[in-house]
Amino acid sequence: MVRLLTHNLLACHAKDCNTNNFPLQFKDVQLEIREADFNPEFLKGFMPKIDWKALVDTARQLGDTSLPLEQPEMVDDEFLKNLHHILLEIHVEEGSMTCPNCGHVYPISNGIPNMLLAEHEIG
Amino acid sequence: MIPTPDLSHLTNTDFEKVYEPAEDTFLLLDALEEDAKSLKSINPGICLEVGSGSGCVTSFLGKVLGPSVLYLCTDINPHACRCTLLTGRQNQVDVNVVNGSLTTPFQNRLAHKIDVIVFNPPYVPTLEKEASDAQHSGNIGGAWAGGTDGMRITNVLLRQIDSLLSSAGRFYLVALKQNNIPEIIETMQDQYNLTGEVLLQRRAGREHLFIICFKRQSSISLQ
Repeated sequence: MVRLLTHNLLACHAKDCNTNNFPLQFKDVQLEIREADFNPEFLKGFMPKIDWKALVDTARQLGDTSLPLEQPEMVDDEFLKNLHHILLEIHVEEGSMTCPNCGHVYPISNGIPNMLLAEHEIG
Repeated sequence: MIPTPDLSHLTNTDFEKVYEPAEDTFLLLDALEEDAKSLKSINPGICLEVGSGSGCVTSFLGKVLGPSVLYLCTDINPHACRCTLLTGRQNQVDVNVVNGSLTTPFQNRLAHKIDVIVFNPPYVPTLEKEASDAQHSGNIGGAWAGGTDGMRITNVLLRQIDSLLSSAGRFYLVALKQNNIPEIIETMQDQYNLTGEVLLQRRAGREHLFIICFKRQSSISLQ
C-alpha cells in the first residue's frame, strides 16, 4: 500500500539522478480511504523523520488541506488526527509516481509501488 | 514465547513463487526473540526487512516491538510483496511494502534513520549466472541463489548498511558457514566499524546456519 507515509520516504534512485529527485509526483491515482488504529505515540515518534513540505504539498495535491505549512512545535489531538488520516488512511491503490528531476515513472499496482530499475538505469 | 506468525492465508500456489519459511527463517525468529530485550532498549522507530518474502519475519518483529514502530519491507519479487502485505494484515501488523531492490528505494530519505535492518539473503552457493538470472527475473530462485560463494547479493547489501543504520541501530543477517562468517565480520569491522557477533547457530540438514548481529562500535561502548 502506498500511503503518504511510504511516499514521504521514497526518492528517485535512477542512475545520476541525485538532485530534486523528491518527492515523487503522483499521477492518475485511484485512492481508497481505510480506517487505521489511531496511535499518537507512533505519530509523535515519526514526526521528526517526515519531510514536512513534501507531505503538505502531496496532501494538498490529493485534496487534503488540513495540515499547516509549518510543522507545529506543540501538537494537539486534532492535529494528530489530521496527520494520522493523511499518513496512514489514504491509500493510493493504482497510478504512478514520477521523478520531478529525471521524469522516471514508478508505477503503483494493487497498492504496491514498483521501485525497480532496469539494468542500465541503476546507479 | 512469541508465536510464529499465522501464514494460513498463503497457499501452495503462493509458495511456488515465494520462499516458504524454513529452518533459516525460524532461526532468525529465534534470534530476534532472544535479542528482544536488548532490541527494545534502543527504542526503535523504523525497521526495514530486505527481501521480505512471505512476510513472516516482519510480522514476527511486529509482535516483538509493537505498533509504535514503522515496518518497511522490500522485495524484488512482486508476488513476495503481495504475500508480505497479506501476512502483515493476517497478523495485525501494519507493514509497508515496496517492490524494489535491497535498500535502494530508501537510501536517499532514510540515511542513518533506520534502527533495525533484517536480511535473510539468497545465501546458497550456485553458479554466478543462476544468481544473476534469478535476481533479474524476480522469481523464487532469487530467494536462495547466491552465486559462487553465496555472497553475490549479500555483498551488495553489506555496502548499503552503514549509510542507513542509525547510531544505535542493529543489522541482523542470516548466513551459511560456506559464506565465510569470519570474513563477513572482519570486512564490516574494517570498512565500516560495524561490529558483528554471532547470536545463534544451528545445523539444519546440510546447512550450518548463523545469525549475525552488527552494531556500531560507538553504540556498544555506551552500553
